[in-house]
Amino acid sequence: MISLDVNGKTQELDADPATPLLYALRDHLQLNGAKFGCGLGQCGACTVLVDGRAVFSCVTPISTLAGRRITTLEGLGTPEKPGRVQRAFIAEQAAQCGYCIPGMIMQAQALLERTPHPTSAEIRKHMSGNLCRCGTHMRILRAVERAAREP
Amino acid sequence: MRPLALIAIVSAVCAACAADPVAPEAVPARSSFDPGLIAKGAQLAAIGNCQVCHTAEGGRSFAGGRPIETPYGAFYAPNITPDPETGIGRWSEGAFARALREGVDREGRNLYPAFPYEYYTRLADEDVHALYAYIATREPVRAPNRPHELRAPFNSRSLIGPWKALYFERGAFQPDPARNAQWNRGAYLVNGLGHCGACHTPRNALGGEKKDERFGGGVAEGWHGPALDARSPAPLPWTAEQLYKYLRTGLDYVHAIAAGPMEPVVRNLARAPEEDVRAMAAYLEALAGPPSAERRKKADAALSQAKGASRANGRGAEIYAGTCAACHDRGREAGSGGALPLALGTAMTIPTSSNLLRITLEGIAPPEGEPGRSMPGFADALTDGQVKDLAAYIRSEFGRAAAWTDVDEELKKIREERR
Repeated sequence: MISLDVNGKTQELDADPATPLLYALRDHLQLNGAKFGCGLGQCGACTVLVDGRAVFSCVTPISTLAGRRITTLEGLGTPEKPGRVQRAFIAEQAAQCGYCIPGMIMQAQALLERTPHPTSAEIRKHMSGNLCRCGTHMRILRAVERAAREP
Repeated sequence: MRPLALIAIVSAVCAACAADPVAPEAVPARSSFDPGLIAKGAQLAAIGNCQVCHTAEGGRSFAGGRPIETPYGAFYAPNITPDPETGIGRWSEGAFARALREGVDREGRNLYPAFPYEYYTRLADEDVHALYAYIATREPVRAPNRPHELRAPFNSRSLIGPWKALYFERGAFQPDPARNAQWNRGAYLVNGLGHCGACHTPRNALGGEKKDERFGGGVAEGWHGPALDARSPAPLPWTAEQLYKYLRTGLDYVHAIAAGPMEPVVRNLARAPEEDVRAMAAYLEALAGPPSAERRKKADAALSQAKGASRANGRGAEIYAGTCAACHDRGREAGSGGALPLALGTAMTIPTSSNLLRITLEGIAPPEGEPGRSMPGFADALTDGQVKDLAAYIRSEFGRAAAWTDVDEELKKIREERR
């Protein structure tokens, strides 16, 4: 059994230590916010927070996560009570197909936790590892700016 | 004699090593230059990698301000746009040529050898002429030079004269009549404008190149520049064709993906004339010479290891399996969705852990909008302990060499830089 701290709760799961965190979240814990995009750490759809920093869960084996704090999209809010970054994405309608958006939100969350008032250039640089194939980038940038502005 | 004592003596003998100023003279108007000459200068400047050091991150081209980290402190490359107040807008071609070949600025002050005049001294007249035409016709940018931030005693320019007396060999390129034209062209570019040895030759404590260890592997901004001659740590010997492809694209499926300070070099060489890059590749292949039988045997072993599955036991192996293997361990070449098999890479086989740690932590990230390979960094995903386990495993499994002893120190340094 491997023990993981996910969204403030300790979760025990029976899985191979090399299992990617993404699979553990989706297949074992039914936390389906993080998405499988490329499986190679190249697209960002699987982004979650580990100790407050954005990591690609598809290339993070659960064996490396003992004693570390994992936050997923589900940890930021609920449909009834979305978190600040989620609200900003909704307000800016920053999604088309939406597949990349959970990763985008987590990446933005990581930025704002360390840099509450990022410049536009800082946002672009920080978000550059997350890809959106629909071309919703301008709305995503606006959403991050809005999240930084709003309480 | 100890070098510092020697410097003290030379300083005393040669109190005024710097030269007379060259009278200020406005750079000629664009219309006075032949457009073909300017275009040639642009291609030469690409080989010289001029823009990389002389442009700050996000700044205007050639306006200076980029810090170049060295063991002596940070150098800030000056503004070389033709702005008359803050750039080189009052430099005649003679002053420009003297800076390149002698390391003296227009005012007559010695330039620090972070500016690689040790190499540019070999430039031919017509190439200096073309470079001047190119630089003189860039857009002038008003940007005052930022002073270097150097540790004492290196912050004193008076040390440069004696340094030059010890280490700087002035002189034009001497072709080798026994070699063909392509080799000579390659030798001229590699040892002149390309200044490859600046990062691939080891230096002594005073920053002088160890001439007897030329191309034996050097240091660049915290990265190791691997040896380029017969001592090359590459598991597979390089062919001229592979070197050409790498220098042009930063990607060779059985050797390397350009990273760190090499990344902008290949981006620039993509803009250089094809025959020039082919000449550099031919020269470098000849420099390493034909591989020995032992080298060939090792190469075969590395190739078969790259095709097979890796061993998996221990903490480092587990991290490798979950973090790296998805891209690096597919038993095929570094095409789309696959990365370089580590058994073929050089970061694993060099004497220092610096390159592997930097790539692991920072990834490989071409600048936004530029083509190139991308690898995510794992600085936030892996703890220090995990990085050390992973590096130890990769070194022994794929580097097939004794454990590194500098991992703690290098890791600490890189983590501090990232703060």
